[in-house]
Amino acid sequence: MTAAGWIIMILSVASVSTLLAWCIYKVVSTPHETEHIHGFEQETPDVEQ
Amino acid sequence: MLAYFISFLLIGLPICWAEWAMGRQGGLAGFNSCPGIFNYITRKPAFKYLGVIGVLIPVIIYMYYVYIEAWCLGYAVNFLSGNMDFADVSQSTSFWALFIGAGEDGSALGFGLKQVGLYLLLAFILNFVLIYRGISKGIEFFCKYAMPTLVIIACVILLRVLTLGTPDTEHPERNVNNGLGFMWNPVKHVVELKDESGDWMIDHEVVDPARIEAEETAAATNSAMRVRRISMREQLFNPQLWLAAAGQIFFSLSVGFGVIITYSSYLNKKDDVVLSGLAATSANEFCEVALGGLITLPAAVTFLGVAGVAGMGTFDLGFKVLPMVFANMAFGELFGFLFFFLLFLAAVTSSLSMLQPGIAFLEEAMKINRKQSVAILGLITAVGCGFVVYFSQDVKALDTMDFWVGTFLIFVLSTIQIIIFGWIVGIEKGFAWAHEGAAIRIPAFFKFIMKYVSPLFLIAIFTLWVAANVFGIDFRTGEARYSGYVMDLFIEPNTVARLSVGLIALVAGLFIFIVALNPDYKKLNKEK
Repeated sequence: MTAAGWIIMILSVASVSTLLAWCIYKVVSTPHETEHIHGFEQETPDVEQ
Repeated sequence: MLAYFISFLLIGLPICWAEWAMGRQGGLAGFNSCPGIFNYITRKPAFKYLGVIGVLIPVIIYMYYVYIEAWCLGYAVNFLSGNMDFADVSQSTSFWALFIGAGEDGSALGFGLKQVGLYLLLAFILNFVLIYRGISKGIEFFCKYAMPTLVIIACVILLRVLTLGTPDTEHPERNVNNGLGFMWNPVKHVVELKDESGDWMIDHEVVDPARIEAEETAAATNSAMRVRRISMREQLFNPQLWLAAAGQIFFSLSVGFGVIITYSSYLNKKDDVVLSGLAATSANEFCEVALGGLITLPAAVTFLGVAGVAGMGTFDLGFKVLPMVFANMAFGELFGFLFFFLLFLAAVTSSLSMLQPGIAFLEEAMKINRKQSVAILGLITAVGCGFVVYFSQDVKALDTMDFWVGTFLIFVLSTIQIIIFGWIVGIEKGFAWAHEGAAIRIPAFFKFIMKYVSPLFLIAIFTLWVAANVFGIDFRTGEARYSGYVMDLFIEPNTVARLSVGLIALVAGLFIFIVALNPDYKKLNKEK
């Protein structure tokens, strides 16, 4: 791999890692954010209990 | 990679935020399906029919996704049984072909340990038991632990890939350094040969510095051969690069599938759609760039060489090359089992999420309860899944459905969604919807991007995609030859390809019929 290849790889991996770390920090540090952040919750409100 | 990051900023994030915001807004009015949400937020009758695409995509993809899910389960079981100790890639390739029935139609239906039939049945039943009985909360809870474990295992595999060195001393150029170079080097070197008409045609790519030098020496004495350096700038002017980057963005972020819009419709005003969207996309990006980008292609080049990797797709890398990595590492069978089993669980959560848009749509449009909706959708998808698995030769049915739905319709739906958000809802109103309950604000420059750049970028990419993949235009030479997918349908008819498209049309027709009969959608339009 060339020097430019190393630079691009390091920048790419660092940028996505930083973005993810920042998102985790923001979720954890914002009060009550964990209650208001969502993904694909499998149990949707239409599920009959 | 630059094209990928630009596509992430110009279409990935914008469509993601638009889907989350529009879905929640529709959900607040009681609509949970893409046709219902489009109908409500646009108040234009035609859009409820366009919304059918948002139901069709996940339902059709589910039909072949569960088949791939069964591959993961089958691979996990075979790793545990000690059947995956391959000496070379040809062995792993023939295992895969026999396992999925790639040689002959109907041959995937067997129930042996080394055939996909049994695993498919288990995967299909598991999906519907989970979703029918409403016990998917259990698997979600389990995945909270299983997914971080999968990431840890991926890190272990990454460590092994980066320490593979040169596994085959007969081919010293097949090493990890060249594998990483193939993936990340911004400047490419290709060997070109003159064809009969005197045009230069790319023969193969070279990465290894010694090999480049050797090829240049050979080219110095051969007028029909040359080594060409392709700069990053030249690569960025290649439309195929942008097509690949955009396609990858859609799949890795699940945008334009019709799934996000349904799930976000269950959120309330206090929920944070901006950070939810950004956190989900950043986690996906991390897994794709920092793990996938460093594992799959470098491993493939290390075992197969640059020439062997040419033209390889996701299936080749995941199901033919990755088993070779496990075969070359300590406790490979255990890691292989864990990796494919956890991948299977991750795939189950994805396939469950693909069922929800269809379930929500049938509940809403047919006024039936969830269990009735699950039963109807179960029947539709069982027929479709059986079709895909029966016509397994050369994975023709899967490939055809993936092309027309998993690629073509995703472009269409993404374009429709960003146009609705930027132009019909209006960018200011759309941003106001998105910012309700949000802990962070979308940077203001995204207003311009989402209103002008994203739609234009998508339309341009889509036009190029149609030109390249439907009409088969070669952007380098300008020559046109219809793609195999079009040839299969109109020029050299292929029965399986035609039946696959017929199945898609049949399901689409059924959904359109259901939408047309729904009185609530019509009432809403009259109320405007």
